[in-house]
Amino acid sequence: MIKHYRDEGRAEYFFQKNGRAFLIILFGVVIYASCCNLFIPDDSIFYVSTYTITLLGKYLCFALLALSVDVVWGYCGILSLGHGAFFALGGYTMGMYLMRQIGERGVYGHPVLPDFMVFLNWKELPWFWYGFDSFGFAMLMTLVVPSVLAFVFGWLAFRSRVTGVYLSIITQALTYALMLAFFRNEMGFGGNNGLTDFKDILGFDLQSDRTRVVLFCLSAIALAIAYLLSQLILQSRYGRVVVAIRDAEARTRSIGFKTENYKVSLFVYSAALAAIAGALYVPQVGIINPGEFSPLNSIEIVVWVSVGGRATLYGAVVGAILVNYAKTKFTAEFPDEWLYALGLLFVGTTIFLPKGLMGFFDVKKWRNQRRG
Amino acid sequence: MTYVGRKSLRLITFTMICVLASLCSADEEFHINVKQLAGAKLRALPAIVAKFETSGERALPILRAMLEGALYYRKSDKRIVAAYRTETGDFRLDDLLEGIDLEVASKREIKKIVVNNRLRGQIRKIIARITLTSGDRFVRELAVDNMLNDLNKENLLLLRAARKKEKDDDILSKLNMAIAIDDLKHNESTQLRLDAIDIIDSSLQPIVVNTLNSLLVIDAEGMPIEKDEEVRERAMKAKESIELKISFYEVLQRIFYGLSLGSILLLIATGLAITFGVMGVINMAHGELIMLGAYTAYVVQLLLPNGIEYSILIAIPAAFAVSGLCGILIERYVIRYLRGRPLETLLATFGISLILQQTVRTIFSPLNRQVVSPTWLSGSLEINPVFALTYNRLYILAFAVLVLLCLQLVLKKTKLGLQVRAVSQNREMARAMGVRTERVDALTFGLGAGVAGVAGVALSQLTNVGPNLGQAYIVDSFMVVVFGGVGNLWGTMVGGFTLGVANKFLEPITGPVLANIFVLIFIILFIQKRPSGLFPQTGRAAE
Amino acid sequence: MKLKRFIGSLFIVLCVGLGIPVYADGHGTIKVGVLHSLSGTMAISETTLKDTVLMMVEKQNEAGGLLGKKLEAVVVDPASDWPLFAEKTRELLTKEKVDVIFGCWTSVSRKSVLPVIEELNGLLFYPVQYEGEESSKNVFYTGAAPNQQAVPAVDYFMNDIGVERWVLAGTDYVYPRTTNKILEAYLKASGVADEDIMISYTPFGHSDWQGIVSDIKKFGSTGKKTGVVSTINGDANVPFYKELGNQGISAEDIPVVAFSVGEEELSGLDTKPLVGHLAAWNYFQSVESPENEEFIADWKTFIKDDKRVTNDPMEATYIGFKMWVQAVEKAGTTDVDEVEQAMLGITTPNLTGGVAVMNTNHHLSKPVLIGEIQEDGQIETVWETFGTVIGDAWSDYLPASSKLIADWTDPVKCGNFNIETGECSGQNF
Repeated sequence: MIKHYRDEGRAEYFFQKNGRAFLIILFGVVIYASCCNLFIPDDSIFYVSTYTITLLGKYLCFALLALSVDVVWGYCGILSLGHGAFFALGGYTMGMYLMRQIGERGVYGHPVLPDFMVFLNWKELPWFWYGFDSFGFAMLMTLVVPSVLAFVFGWLAFRSRVTGVYLSIITQALTYALMLAFFRNEMGFGGNNGLTDFKDILGFDLQSDRTRVVLFCLSAIALAIAYLLSQLILQSRYGRVVVAIRDAEARTRSIGFKTENYKVSLFVYSAALAAIAGALYVPQVGIINPGEFSPLNSIEIVVWVSVGGRATLYGAVVGAILVNYAKTKFTAEFPDEWLYALGLLFVGTTIFLPKGLMGFFDVKKWRNQRRG
Repeated sequence: MTYVGRKSLRLITFTMICVLASLCSADEEFHINVKQLAGAKLRALPAIVAKFETSGERALPILRAMLEGALYYRKSDKRIVAAYRTETGDFRLDDLLEGIDLEVASKREIKKIVVNNRLRGQIRKIIARITLTSGDRFVRELAVDNMLNDLNKENLLLLRAARKKEKDDDILSKLNMAIAIDDLKHNESTQLRLDAIDIIDSSLQPIVVNTLNSLLVIDAEGMPIEKDEEVRERAMKAKESIELKISFYEVLQRIFYGLSLGSILLLIATGLAITFGVMGVINMAHGELIMLGAYTAYVVQLLLPNGIEYSILIAIPAAFAVSGLCGILIERYVIRYLRGRPLETLLATFGISLILQQTVRTIFSPLNRQVVSPTWLSGSLEINPVFALTYNRLYILAFAVLVLLCLQLVLKKTKLGLQVRAVSQNREMARAMGVRTERVDALTFGLGAGVAGVAGVALSQLTNVGPNLGQAYIVDSFMVVVFGGVGNLWGTMVGGFTLGVANKFLEPITGPVLANIFVLIFIILFIQKRPSGLFPQTGRAAE
Repeated sequence: MKLKRFIGSLFIVLCVGLGIPVYADGHGTIKVGVLHSLSGTMAISETTLKDTVLMMVEKQNEAGGLLGKKLEAVVVDPASDWPLFAEKTRELLTKEKVDVIFGCWTSVSRKSVLPVIEELNGLLFYPVQYEGEESSKNVFYTGAAPNQQAVPAVDYFMNDIGVERWVLAGTDYVYPRTTNKILEAYLKASGVADEDIMISYTPFGHSDWQGIVSDIKKFGSTGKKTGVVSTINGDANVPFYKELGNQGISAEDIPVVAFSVGEEELSGLDTKPLVGHLAAWNYFQSVESPENEEFIADWKTFIKDDKRVTNDPMEATYIGFKMWVQAVEKAGTTDVDEVEQAMLGITTPNLTGGVAVMNTNHHLSKPVLIGEIQEDGQIETVWETFGTVIGDAWSDYLPASSKLIADWTDPVKCGNFNIETGECSGQNF
């Protein structure tokens, strides 16, 4: 379906080298920002405020999320318009852990029940909240819940060969259905308000600068590991099959590969990455609610990837960070124009930058490809 | 003889004078009562209004104006007037007592006589009592209907008196019912009561069910309150048969609700069935094209402030043109460059949807705009007390089917339709045969967009017209198209109606949210089972 | 190589850009943060409040500013995105260093802002009616608590209209849930039987009301007077009332009293089906008082549109702003802790001819008005409380919160003081 990536050897060389640059820059920024926040007094010109740290931390989570979309979309041609669902599920598992950590410090002082259950007269904790007081269990669930969902969904969809836009539309339906479900107060996830008012994580105060810096660094590390791991996976023999599926699924299948297995496993991997991003995102922004499931959010993720450039991994990261940075700037200074800008960005990149910014800056390769 | 004659003459004169005097005094009294309305506190109004009943038909114009909220008094001379807003924003005054038109006044010169619900209820009852013997059969029927809700002794006396004079069958049966209910409750004779049950047992009025229920109540010791066993048994039977009928009509009602929801799904999905189904373009701005249609309805209404009744009809072609044109522009300047890359089209059109939304927000403000429903789209067609079809939904249902038929005609019978089908089946071949594919693409997209605009006009009658109108429908419309089978308009129709009816039958069991979720899950699973929908396209076009 | 250099330079620019704090000119002005969504779903309601704050700031500057300084409004757009509310609050407080924030509409946005505003010790004025169950040191609640809106409305229904059967219809989110829990408990305490209460929840923006309205019709056909208490949120109201009208349910048969339908919402819809239905607020544009006339005139001049209406959250913003100005003048500084203490007990005329008092639980005393909706989109008062009602942060009708009180004066100094255990849990200060 997409025919721009035939030049495999070159592409690999290309992204490895730039990938290294990407990692170096990532860690440069992280160390710089962390040190400047923690060790430089806040009246200095070099001080990086906690606001900035939190903001950067959020960008990194989005970057990881974008990376997870790039893995399935850029390399396997599966355009998921429902990745926000995995992100949000990851966020909810973390949120549930943080909720349980509040313990007696809620406004009603109830030892077990979160505040929103107390004033809505819940008598006992619903069964699915059990175990979330343990960090280990919660983290396990962060991986398990979205992965299982992705597996079941992928298994059903890919086995019956739902592809292309149909798949996109049903992933959108999936996240939409989940959004409606989480909006219901009866579900026991706090309804529209979601989960908020977190106090601490593993005993560390979430409000303190140190915790924030640590979370920020963790996000960076997670992003780096995800990046390296994805690169490893996609360069392996498995990865080549995945790319083959993207370019000609029927042919790959007829050669004898069980394409659905490849697709399902990659989809699950990607969902798990998105969930980790969600779990890191929640303690940094301090709230998780069903709005994260909204189909619009999921589409926005895809835009980050396409702005940055598909099938490069770091392109997704750059796209996510740039778009969100622009969003922060725009909503502060020209709130009314933000949607125009975002809209034009969508239209512009798809028409003029089909390979995203990363593709644009690699003009030589682009030309070669055209000729080839 | 003469003496007697003179005497009788005197008597007659005397009586005449008396009658005249009493007439005059009644008239005067009425005038005084009316005058009291000016400046009266809301709390004092019920007492004043209660006095109007004795004045009979004379009080009707005042009472009706009050009911409409059109009764004012002029601040300068406390004259009670009915005031109607003119086109210039001033008020045309109408003195109801003298029956003369006064000069036009501005809002400042008059003050409204504020009416609240309780007062409105009271006024309605008074009007009912006054008009129970009116010459107009509709007014009479309205009066009887109104009194049915309030069967006190006084009203029953009036009703019984009215029954003797009534000729109209419909009204007579209502009167009989009212009296039967009273007999059933208060009469001693078993036979009369059994007859009464026979009279009411074919009615579906809630009051009948309530009356029968009250006969079957069991008190705290488990003893029935109604002592007469025969009456109890008959009442039980009547109640059962009524309830059976009611539940039958309730199912019909549900089906109508489902079809109505389905018709909306159909309307919003039809445009998409063309752009997505026929052209294969995923148009995420579809919702915004619907929104543009709704705003067109609003603008048309602004341009025709005096034509509320028909502005909606003008809005339909206008919306088709606006959204269609917008669609052609989108096709010409964006989608054309993305042919064969459906996923990129998806993103680009999503960008367009954001731009359209913000444009509308800039032009019309983020506030919702009102599109007034014409009277022929308000109210409902009441078939019986438990089964009514609301006009707006009835018309929209018909309209949705009509739009679909028109489209089907265009696609099957016109040259354009032929070309559209040709291009969608085999673009290269069509071009080779001399079809200007680019032009056909633009027109097809414009057609789909135009239909979306028309759907927007219909939606403006049901819900808010605001910048977010389109977003609410985008997922649903895709679901319908995919469920019905891409490229198949009949499939879209069947899909829309099926989903609508399924949703409405689930709703009472699960609540609206879960019903929606179940339907979505069902579609997700269904697509796994049949990836190309209910009615898959066959042949080469399917690939 | 090129690419590498590009990314490198990009990130360096970014780093430096992030590292240099924006030195706001904080000497000459007092900064007022405005945190209302200007885009997204909530823009419909919140844009008006942004303009109200801007108007108040302008008026205050015309009157000579505050403490000899000019006020400067800092407007940001949280875009109806709840995590963005928290982020923007942090931005306002740490980057812009605002002295006070006027903002938020939905409960979830307030909940999202709360941890940040407490951590950074900011000051937020929240101008919308809400579910209660909260009292933060850093927030002043100038909208109505349930006992200032819902409970009096139910009283009116019960005593003046004689309603015996109740439909509690709401959108499924925390405000209707809590309000309906409170009302349910209140109704049962007043002797209403279980089967005479029907509770129904619908999702946001629900547009297909056929089924629910026909259920209400059926519920109301038993011969007992039935009333609907509606906590249906904004957008869903239009189709709801249209359906009521079309199915032939008039305000006299089954009256509906709504808590989220105000003049602003009414100006966007065809009012015909709503006439006679009720709304409960603490302010109506139609109330006649000199303050209100001045406010309406100012608003129309400021917004340059003679057709714009005023509404209850605008009055709440107005009162909040006036009170803050007074408190700053009283404290002689904009320091949050001092202003917070100065706020307690501050009085200012409200727009309905009475006086608003800031109580020690950070909630206002307000009059409660119930009005009937008129054809012109205005609401005419048909009933009002004698005097004002003190906002109750913790409802007495919820078992968990009946034990809690909020009092920010000295012996207690807590937003959720448990009178049974004498404890104050979960406070960060």
